[in-house]
Amino acid sequence: MNASLIIFFVLAAVAIFGAVSLILQREPIHSALSLIVVMVALAGLYLLLGAEFVAAVQIIVYGGAIMVLFVFVIMLLNAGEEERTDFSKLATFGGIPLALALAGLIAAALTRSTGYLPAAAPHGDLTSTKTLSMLLFKDFAYPFELTSFLILVAILGAIVLAQREN
Amino acid sequence: MNEFLTHYAFLIVPIIKVAILLFLVLTVDAYLTWLERKVVAHIQARWGPYRVGPHGLLQPVADGLKFILKEDPMPAGVDKIAYFLAPFLTLMLALTSLAVIPFGPQHFTVWGYETYVSIADLNISLLVLFAITALGVYGVVLAGWGSNSKYSLLGGLRSSAQMISYELALTLSVVGVLLLAGSFSLRGIVEQQAQSSRGLLGWNIFPQIIGFLCFFTAAIAETNRVPFDLPEAESELVAGFHTEYASMKFAMFFIGEYTSMLTVSCLCTILFFGGWLSPFPLSWTFTQFLPAVLLILFGLWLIYDGIRYETLFGRLLLPGVGVALLALGGALFAFPMINGYIQGPFWFLAKVFVFLFAYIWMRGTLPRFRYDQLMSFGWKLLLPVSIANVVLTAAAIFFWGKP
Repeated sequence: MNASLIIFFVLAAVAIFGAVSLILQREPIHSALSLIVVMVALAGLYLLLGAEFVAAVQIIVYGGAIMVLFVFVIMLLNAGEEERTDFSKLATFGGIPLALALAGLIAAALTRSTGYLPAAAPHGDLTSTKTLSMLLFKDFAYPFELTSFLILVAILGAIVLAQREN
Repeated sequence: MNEFLTHYAFLIVPIIKVAILLFLVLTVDAYLTWLERKVVAHIQARWGPYRVGPHGLLQPVADGLKFILKEDPMPAGVDKIAYFLAPFLTLMLALTSLAVIPFGPQHFTVWGYETYVSIADLNISLLVLFAITALGVYGVVLAGWGSNSKYSLLGGLRSSAQMISYELALTLSVVGVLLLAGSFSLRGIVEQQAQSSRGLLGWNIFPQIIGFLCFFTAAIAETNRVPFDLPEAESELVAGFHTEYASMKFAMFFIGEYTSMLTVSCLCTILFFGGWLSPFPLSWTFTQFLPAVLLILFGLWLIYDGIRYETLFGRLLLPGVGVALLALGGALFAFPMINGYIQGPFWFLAKVFVFLFAYIWMRGTLPRFRYDQLMSFGWKLLLPVSIANVVLTAAAIFFWGKP
């Protein structure tokens, strides 16, 4: 057991704990806090892989900006404790079999695996911010611009929905 | 024993450094409250703390004792997780952010382990700082939500809206500096400013004056200080998000706020004012005796002031400290090696002190913004100006190359 493996398992456990807690918490604000724990644990995993820039951006964008917005909306609407319903028909007849099938699929894949997954071939020095931005703004400039256009469409949609009242 | 030390130096040395930094930062925070009360008092033509110790110098100790001894009541109906998490989160993140600040140029070897005058020397230290700032919002938000009080909730809401709005301008205003330095490392940014041996003129403040103004304004808003202290506007919200906190938990918010002030001052120094670099050209070697001369002058003044002090304790303590400072100044003249070593930290701390003073100065002189003024200032002025600064800097580098 080397140190990085121990850190990996600790971070993975924290991430899974946060994800389960996210579903089980009844207060929306506790669910949001659990999601922040997941985000920070994921950032730790990225750091472990040597992707420092991605780890920092993960915390700044997801842990900071997006989750603050979630928490802000929850506070603004003063959302109370959620109401629990019994299993709906869709959950009983659609959800449970699908969940079991997925679990079986993962179990089958794990038992048949030969032990080691082939590591992704590193494309240049991906850890450096310079290489990353070169890829993003030069080689993949069109997909990048298209994605930002998609976000612009979403913003316009939000404005249209907000304006409908008046 | 020696073998043990060399083997585990990578673990022991950082722990010692963390302990030293924590001690220094908490002391500086305590005396920052003293300085703030003194400066604001003199701005308002009062004396400020004067009773506890000579010139009120023991006031922080008395305040600390009071924080520890006070009762810590918990209001009814609080959200326990959020209520307890908030002060710890605020203090922890504020202290963590100081870990990436480099205080001086030297690197030295302890037990075969090479280390710097900073806790961590990362490639992405600036991004780490922004990540910590981004998480810092939660301390305020959770305190506001968890306290089960309308004043706290309103304070928390205001604060989260304010911090989201100003974080954009804060991050964008630094991009100009990053373009000039070509590095996210704070050490790298300072070293880039050292390349021209013109001293003062090589600093980023000259090409990046717009960036600096945006950065400092946004940073004051991020730290919830006057004139952006709406989350704790006394006349409207009692004490805002920390209304329901008492004793040590309140102290944690307080220390967190002062530590953030310290971090912002350090960042301004590093990004725009050359960090540990001397403002004088390298050829002016006689300026390296400036710290010693200042120490001796301050020591002489302390003795002069101390012998006329009202209380006997003051008449003993102030001249005593003065003599110690004189001895220290003399030692700097006598041992040129030590003198060379403290040059970096001296300039760094001197610049940080100027920014801390500016913070307090602003608190003493400026009125508070109204909420709508705050929002329109952040979104309609600060953000466009910082974006324009990025475009201008990029265009200048593209056409004329780096200075």
